[in-house]
Amino acid sequence: MKDQLNVRNAVVLLVLAGLLLLPLYTSMSGNVFALTLFTRIVIFALAASSLNLIMGYGGMMSFGHAAYLGIGGYAVGILAAEGIGSGFVQWPVALLSSALFALVVGALCLRTRGVYFIMITLAFAQMAYYVASALSRYGGDDGLTIYKRSDFGGLINLSNRVQFYYLCLGCLYGGIYLIWRIVNSRFGLVVQGLRSNEARMQAIGFPATRYRLVCFVIAGTLCGLAGALLANNTDFISPAVMYWTRSGDLMVMVILGGMGTLFGPVVGAIVYLVLEEFLSQVTEYWALIMGPLLLLIVLFGRGGIVGVLGRFSRG
Amino acid sequence: MADPLLRVENLVRRFGGIVATDHVSLEVARGELHAIIGPNGAGKTTLISQLTGQLLPHAGAIYLAGQDITRVPAWRRSALGLARSFQITSLLPDFNALDNVALAAQAHDGHSFRFWGNARKESGLRATALAALERVGLGARANTLVSKLSHGEQRELELAVALATSPQLLLLDEPMAGLGITESARMVKLLQELRREVTIVLVEHDMDAVFALADRISVMVYGRVIASGAPSEIRQNEDVKRAYLGEQHAVTRDG
Repeated sequence: MKDQLNVRNAVVLLVLAGLLLLPLYTSMSGNVFALTLFTRIVIFALAASSLNLIMGYGGMMSFGHAAYLGIGGYAVGILAAEGIGSGFVQWPVALLSSALFALVVGALCLRTRGVYFIMITLAFAQMAYYVASALSRYGGDDGLTIYKRSDFGGLINLSNRVQFYYLCLGCLYGGIYLIWRIVNSRFGLVVQGLRSNEARMQAIGFPATRYRLVCFVIAGTLCGLAGALLANNTDFISPAVMYWTRSGDLMVMVILGGMGTLFGPVVGAIVYLVLEEFLSQVTEYWALIMGPLLLLIVLFGRGGIVGVLGRFSRG
Repeated sequence: MADPLLRVENLVRRFGGIVATDHVSLEVARGELHAIIGPNGAGKTTLISQLTGQLLPHAGAIYLAGQDITRVPAWRRSALGLARSFQITSLLPDFNALDNVALAAQAHDGHSFRFWGNARKESGLRATALAALERVGLGARANTLVSKLSHGEQRELELAVALATSPQLLLLDEPMAGLGITESARMVKLLQELRREVTIVLVEHDMDAVFALADRISVMVYGRVIASGAPSEIRQNEDVKRAYLGEQHAVTRDG
């Protein structure tokens, strides 16, 4: 059953190899735009993958996941503005503050289920959005320009496009590997069991909330990493990164690619952001095309793109 | 009964104006199979849910092996040796049979904050799970998705999941519900074997099964226990005959 060369695995392998070889293509063709676009895509793929851990595997429909993008980003931006340029300080702070925020939000939100959970996670993300807007010292509504990217000494130069791209890709592949290990571990089985039937899991002896909370914190931390990358990529961070539509984008990427599949969010991020890029060149009203497209996928392609490919290869 | 495994004292649970559990007191001795019978709506499942901790009682107390567990959360009661099967099958539908049982074994093998090793490759858990599956006759169906199992197999799997937690006390809420004649007979045979190993509280509508299996029977009507005793005593009890057995015919005929 496993290790079969079916359509789904072939596509996933092609995508992973393609991402790996992309800088080769851009350096030969001189197409710098593709590298810029795909750096962004890889970062969002990491954010979507972290959301997939709680949403797809854990059944926790967080509608406030973009908050961690902002918190990771602001950690880098604020420290840079205060003259602390070292990545060895900025990034741990980004991860820790994301983890802390996830811990507080999770501890409160995980008492609720279903629609209430969606609404409360959304409320917390909006709160983070308005707090960032009020930070007048750090640009407030207008956002904060980061004049120098995180400094990792001689280890890696983030201002070099190709090096930065590979750093992002390394984080994405590392993140996916981490998620893969987690999903198949004892912890991962418990979290997936809780998604499947909470009463049953309680009855056989698992305290639901603390497992969910730890999962929630892991996902938030991973998304904080994506936030630190994003801030470095745009040399800029603003409250808009945390706006609820951004959280919606992440959810769409996960659903589009395939909830609860390891590589679904990567495929989802690529398809969503590439479509957005090209449709917005064709027409200002690109959302009018994107909307129905999403509708079709959700209605007829349950399990997202990766799910459809899986079914296709079975028969 | 000097030291009952389970003691319930004056348990009360209301739903709005309805008293679903009305000052229920009950003792289950170690090693016995104690059946709880009563017409639909008598409050049997409500009682079981309070014993397992899914519901909290409004008054009264529950003791397991002398320890007050009235306010102990459901997951911790499981660690204390209490296992249940659900009246309406409650499993993990998108996992296979073996995973369902292995998770139960895992729950009783330390905490599960282990993030790295592949849990499906842990031979200890798998072996325990497979043994429990074979115990209920599902060894051959280990790798079948739960949603693809027949209803009868799912009832047996419920039992295997409960067994994998190596319980002191097994609470079975209508394990025969919805089973055909042959499946029911198999379940009775299985329970007859299990009762030698573990104390069982059995809620069941199937009177033949109850009278064949039970050491003692408690009869519930409208949230109250109206009689408690050996099967022969229950058969003779006038209150039970009037309040329950007569009514039960009406109930089973249209159910």
